[in-house]
Amino acid sequence: MASYRTPLGRARGLGAAKHGVGEWISERVTAVALVPLVLWGVFAVLRLAGADYAGAVAWLTASPLNPTLMVLLVVVSFLHMHGGMRVVIEDYIEKTLSRTGLLLLNLFVCALAGTLAVFSILKVALGGAL
Amino acid sequence: MTDAPRARPLSPFTGIWRWHVTMATSIAHRVTGCAIYGGGLILAAWAVCLASGPEAYAAFQAVIGSPLGLLAMFALTFSTFFHLAKGVQHLIWDLGFGYRPQTASLGAVVCIAFAIAATLAIWAIAFMTGAL
Repeated sequence: MASYRTPLGRARGLGAAKHGVGEWISERVTAVALVPLVLWGVFAVLRLAGADYAGAVAWLTASPLNPTLMVLLVVVSFLHMHGGMRVVIEDYIEKTLSRTGLLLLNLFVCALAGTLAVFSILKVALGGAL
Repeated sequence: MTDAPRARPLSPFTGIWRWHVTMATSIAHRVTGCAIYGGGLILAAWAVCLASGPEAYAAFQAVIGSPLGLLAMFALTFSTFFHLAKGVQHLIWDLGFGYRPQTASLGAVVCIAFAIAATLAIWAIAFMTGAL
């Protein structure tokens, strides 16, 4: 019997993740953004490693640039982390319950830690810490 | 149309393979990605401790400054630089370049060399600037 489904209709929903092109593009876009952000982040860590609490607060409050880049580093990193770990879980965990559980855990951990980090950076940068 | 379904052809991945630098770096890309997932959580912990006050921040610095913390930071530095370099090679592949075996292998070797050199350079700078 002839099938009236288009090749695209048949292909949709196949594969380990059942969907994917949006996530695939998102992982690349965040990767491109993370190249300069991570290089900046390495030097930020070097700078912060030699500073105490007051030095770290001063570094974060000195100009809008440092907290802005730090928030961007956190947000883009956590988007990239979520997407990457999601692919790892989808590739290796087959049982529906453990797979769904781990996917939810990955999402919740990234959302919680990312939000905590952004709120904390803003709190310090906006002067709430001193 | 009652033929039994034919056995599907399988990719010969289980019998015909050998270790190769592109294969090793592909696996390492995933492993380092999982490692710096932990690094992202440490970054979040840094921000939360900083916003919680001097005592919390001193505790955070004590953990990171301990021998185990420094070892973890060293491993994270290498993982970050390797994942960064290999990620750039993946982006170049996504653009459709660098698929010739010699080019791909060379790129993989460059990723490893860059990660080692950049890690040593950053830790040398950390020693010299007194950040350690």
